[in-house]
Amino acid sequence: MTDVIDTLVGIAPGSKLDAIRANRSEARKHAQASYTSLFEPRDIAGVTADERHAIAAFVAGLHGEPRTDAFYGAKLSAGLRAAVAAEVATAKTKGPYGRFPKGPLSAEDAPGPTWKVSDTGRKALGPRLPAALEHTHMLVFHPRDAAAPALQALLDAGWSTTDIVTVSQLVAFLSYQIRVVSGLSTLASSL
Amino acid sequence: MTEKTLTPPPHTEPVVFTRDMLDWLPWIEPMAEQDMTERHLASLVDASRVKSPYFRLLARDPDVLEARTRTDKDIFYNPEAGLPRAERELAAAATSRLNGCIYCASVHARFAATYSKRVDDVQRLLDEGVGARLDERWEAIVAASAALTALPMSFGKEHIERLRKVGLDDAAIADLIGAASFFNWANRLMLSLGEPATQG
Repeated sequence: MTDVIDTLVGIAPGSKLDAIRANRSEARKHAQASYTSLFEPRDIAGVTADERHAIAAFVAGLHGEPRTDAFYGAKLSAGLRAAVAAEVATAKTKGPYGRFPKGPLSAEDAPGPTWKVSDTGRKALGPRLPAALEHTHMLVFHPRDAAAPALQALLDAGWSTTDIVTVSQLVAFLSYQIRVVSGLSTLASSL
Repeated sequence: MTEKTLTPPPHTEPVVFTRDMLDWLPWIEPMAEQDMTERHLASLVDASRVKSPYFRLLARDPDVLEARTRTDKDIFYNPEAGLPRAERELAAAATSRLNGCIYCASVHARFAATYSKRVDDVQRLLDEGVGARLDERWEAIVAASAALTALPMSFGKEHIERLRKVGLDDAAIADLIGAASFFNWANRLMLSLGEPATQG
């Protein structure tokens, strides 16, 4: 199957970047396997395909990397895509911000907002996705503000402990994939 | 019935970035060892990780954990060409410092110090952050890692030129992109599923 990172960066077989990625063939193979496990899993388990793609499209939208944004957006129905895009527009900010544990690092605290899904979004996204997107915003922009109550909010919204692991991996993997796509695209244009 | 988060046992929270060994306490329930199937155990890749609550928690989604771990190992341990190990670890430590992951930074600052023997420089990165004075090569690596980590991402041609000027070839730059990007994955799991604790 096609390698998503190669496709998004536009790495042609036989190119210089193809050779460089081939030197890390395990990383290349398992970055793709991570994608497959998250979006085409053997067992879809507790997180539906639509939920997985909506969270991914939200993460991609927040990063504003055009290729990944278009890729994940295209996986959604028009209605869901529009609902996610409307939330991205109000959620996008600068990061990383957040507070450190109280002590010497408090001097570096950069407190910032806890973002909430709009009322319109809440209606469009159904019962569980709003809590997941709110958590996603924290993971993307201010992960050092994470605390147990954020996970309780997900549990209360109907996500199980195992679902939370999958959702966390989705956001964290996307944070990796988008940076690789962006970084390698920059490198490709300076070869 | 809705599940509840865990209350970690009494512990001391680290309040500075450190190279000391730390513990990690989960906020949601890891798998119990006796409930793990062959598939769950295989997803740990290293059998000894069954003792780690972090990996037993991630094993709830075993295919993703295994792919994550094999990606991680090739980015950091593959000795073939590219960026020296010490500097892959430096990129991981710098990323963790900027995102604020005290646990991740402790592990990778230890590795960076061990492989480079530049304990004082690594400690300065932990103490002062990604703007710390190091040397031209390390400052270029730290700046590139920070540009890949911050949002909006600002990693551009000027970072690549600066990295080339201090001696990184294309394979080394690709390794740096891999290492810094990977820690944007790892930091988010470590920071959001539990908390660090000082040992002893």
